[in-house]
Amino acid sequence: MGELDVAQVVALSLYVSITATVLTSLVGLPLGAFLALKRFRGSWLMRTGVYTLFALPSVVVGLVVYTMLSHSGPLGFLDWLWTPIGMVLAESVLIFPLVTGLTMSAVSDVDESVSLTIRTLGASNRQLMMRVMHEARYGIFGAVMVGFGRAISEVGAVWMVGGNIKGSTQVITTAIMQQTQMGDFGTSFALAGILLIIAFVVFFLIREIQERG
Amino acid sequence: MNKTKWLVLVVVVVAVVLVAAGLAISGAFSPAESRLILATTTSTQNSGLLDFILPDFKSKYGVKVDVVAVGSGLALENAKRGDADVVLSHAPSLEASFMDQGYGIFKWKVMYNQFAIVGPSSDPAGVGSAWNVTVAFKKIADNSSTFLSRSDNSGTYTKEMQIWGLAGLNAGQFGSWYKEVGKGMEDTLMMTEELGGYTLTDEGTYFTLINTLSIVELFRNDAVLFNQYSVIPVNPAKNLNVNVKYAVLFAEWIVSPETQELIASYAANGHQLFFPNAEP
Amino acid sequence: MTLGLAVEAAGISKSYGGSAVLSGVSLKVEAGELFAIMGPSGSGKSTLLRILDLLEQPDQGEVAFGGSESVLRDGQRLRRRMTMLLQRSVMFRDTVFGNVAYGLRLRGMQEREIRDRALNAIGDVGLQGFERRKASTLSGGEAQRVAFARAIAIEPEVLFLDEFTANLDPPNIKMLESALAAYRQKTGCTVVMVSHNPFQAQRLAKRCLFLYQGEVLGSGPIDDVRRLDDDRTAAFFRGDLI
Repeated sequence: MGELDVAQVVALSLYVSITATVLTSLVGLPLGAFLALKRFRGSWLMRTGVYTLFALPSVVVGLVVYTMLSHSGPLGFLDWLWTPIGMVLAESVLIFPLVTGLTMSAVSDVDESVSLTIRTLGASNRQLMMRVMHEARYGIFGAVMVGFGRAISEVGAVWMVGGNIKGSTQVITTAIMQQTQMGDFGTSFALAGILLIIAFVVFFLIREIQERG
Repeated sequence: MNKTKWLVLVVVVVAVVLVAAGLAISGAFSPAESRLILATTTSTQNSGLLDFILPDFKSKYGVKVDVVAVGSGLALENAKRGDADVVLSHAPSLEASFMDQGYGIFKWKVMYNQFAIVGPSSDPAGVGSAWNVTVAFKKIADNSSTFLSRSDNSGTYTKEMQIWGLAGLNAGQFGSWYKEVGKGMEDTLMMTEELGGYTLTDEGTYFTLINTLSIVELFRNDAVLFNQYSVIPVNPAKNLNVNVKYAVLFAEWIVSPETQELIASYAANGHQLFFPNAEP
Repeated sequence: MTLGLAVEAAGISKSYGGSAVLSGVSLKVEAGELFAIMGPSGSGKSTLLRILDLLEQPDQGEVAFGGSESVLRDGQRLRRRMTMLLQRSVMFRDTVFGNVAYGLRLRGMQEREIRDRALNAIGDVGLQGFERRKASTLSGGEAQRVAFARAIAIEPEVLFLDEFTANLDPPNIKMLESALAAYRQKTGCTVVMVSHNPFQAQRLAKRCLFLYQGEVLGSGPIDDVRRLDDDRTAAFFRGDLI
C-alpha cells in the first residue's frame, strides 16, 4: 500500500479552502452589502436567488464544473481539470451563495437609523456601503468563516474536479473516503481528527468574534 | 476609511499570490508534456501496484504520472473526452468498442489476474464442487444464496454479467437474495463478509484484504475468470491536447521486460497479485 | 455673517404601502430662522423631515433650497450642506473623537483640520476629555451631545432636529439648547425642528407648522397657530394631545 503523505494532503486542503474563501469574499462581501442596501429593479429577485442557491447541492456544482473544465467542455482549454486550481474554482462556486447571502443578512441586520445617520452626515453610496459593512463586521466575519468551514468539509465536488490524484489533488476529505474504502481505518480516523481540529478552531473563532460583537 | 482601503489592498494582493501559486502547482507555467494522466480503475489503484511501479517511470523519463482512479467505464469515458492521456483498464468489451470508435492509438496486453468466487467456508450452495464457473453461478441461483453484485460500470461487474448470461439466467429477475450494492470492490467484499454471502471478486483486491476477511476463495481457474489488463494510449486525432509522446512511452515502458518483472514481484500479504503477459 | 439656506416645500405627498403619511404639505422656512414642525405622534413629522433632508423622495411635490444664490436642486453637494439629528442618536463603534470626526472624514479633509474642528466641536458641547472614550459606554445625554458635536463639526447650513431632546433630562436639554443657540449665533444656520412638546417649541421658535395625520392644519407665527379654531390644535398646545 502506498504511503499517504499526510502533510501534503492537509496543506492542499488548507490551500484550496483558503484560496476559495478569499476569492469568494472579495466579490461576495461587496455584492452582499450592495444587495442588502440598494433597492433597484430586480434586486428582490437577485436577493431571493442568492438565498435559494443556499440549497444548491454540492454534487451538482461538482458535476457542472467538471463538465465545463473537461477537455471536451467550453473551458477545456484552461487545462484546469484534475488540478488544484480547478478545485479552487469548484469550491468558490460552491461557497459563493453562502458567503454572499450571509453577508446580505448581516448588513440587513444593521438598524435603519444607522444608515440614516451615515447618509445624513453626507456619505456617498460607496461611503455608506463601507461604513455599514464596518458596523456589520462581526456578522460578515462569521459569513466568511462559515464559507471556509463549508469549503474544507467538501468531498464530492473536489473529488469530481480534482480526481483525488495521489500526491497532487488529494485533500483530507477525499483521502478519508479513499482510505475508508480500502479498509484502512487507522489513517481515516487520523485524518478525520485533523479535520475536526481545523473545524473546531474555525467555529471557536466565530464564537469568539461574535461574542465581542 | 484609510484602514479599510489598506485591508482591501492586502486581501487583493493575498488573493493574487494564492491564485498564482495555484496556477503554478497546477502546471500552468510548465510545458503541457510534463504531466501524464493515467485513467485506471479504483481496484487497480487500491491494489498499490501503481505506487510500486510508477516511480520507475518517473526516474527513467522524468515525467510524473497522475493517476485518476474511477470505474472502467468512466476511465474510458474520460479518455474519450480527452481528459486522460493513457488508459489502463480491464474491461475487454468496453475497450473493444473504444478502439472501434477510434479513440485509442493501439491496445496492448499488460498483465492479468483472476476473478474468483468467494464466500463463507461452509459453502451452503456447494460452489466449490462445480466443474465450471457457469455451473457455480447456477448453483448459487438455485440455492437462492445471498449474492452481492457491484452493479457499477466496473470490469468485475461486466464479468459477472457475462457469466449470468452464459448460464442463461436474467439477473433482472432475481429475488431478494441478489443484492445490487453499487460499491467498490473492497466495500463489496466487506459487505459480503458481514452478510455471509457470495460475490465475484478480483483476486488482487481479495489478497490485499485477506487478513481482515474470513470469507474464502471457493472457485477459481476457469478460463472465463481471466481478467486481462490492457494499456491504451489515447488517440490525439480526437483530442488535440493529449500528451501523445509520453502516453506511447508509457505503454512501451509498461510492456518492457524490466517493468513486467517489476509487476510480477509485487505481492500483498505474500500473494502475487498480477501476472504479466505482455506480448513481445 | 453668513446665513443658512432657506427651505421651501410644495405639495409634498408620501404613502407607504397604500396608506398616506403626508398629503399636500407645503412650507416655507426663511434663511437663518428656527422653524418648528409640530403635531402628535404619527402625524408624519419624521417622514417630512427626511424628505426635507433629501434622504427620501416624496411621491409628489418638490423641495427647494435658496440662499444668496438661486434656488438649488437635489444633489449630493447640496445634501452635504445639511444634516439631521435623531431622538436616539446612533453612535458608531468607535471613540467619541472617531464619531465626531466621521462627517469630516467623509469629506476628505486634511487630518490636521479634522482634528481641530472635531476637538472644537467636542468642547462646544462640554465634553472635553471624552475624546478617547468608547462611544458605546456613553449615557443617553452624553450620546446626544456627541451627536450634536458631530453635526456642527461639518458646519451645516440647515439643521434638522427630530425630537432631539425628547429623551433627555432638563440639565441636558438646557445644555443642548444653549449649544444650539451658540451655533446659530455663530453661523446663522437655519433650523427646522420637530417637536411634540409645545412648550419647547414656543420657547425656541417664532413660526411653526401644525401637522395632523399627514395634513397641515395651520402654519405661521406660533401664537396664531395656537389660537386656531380647532379642537385638535388646542388640545395639542395644552399638552393634552400626544
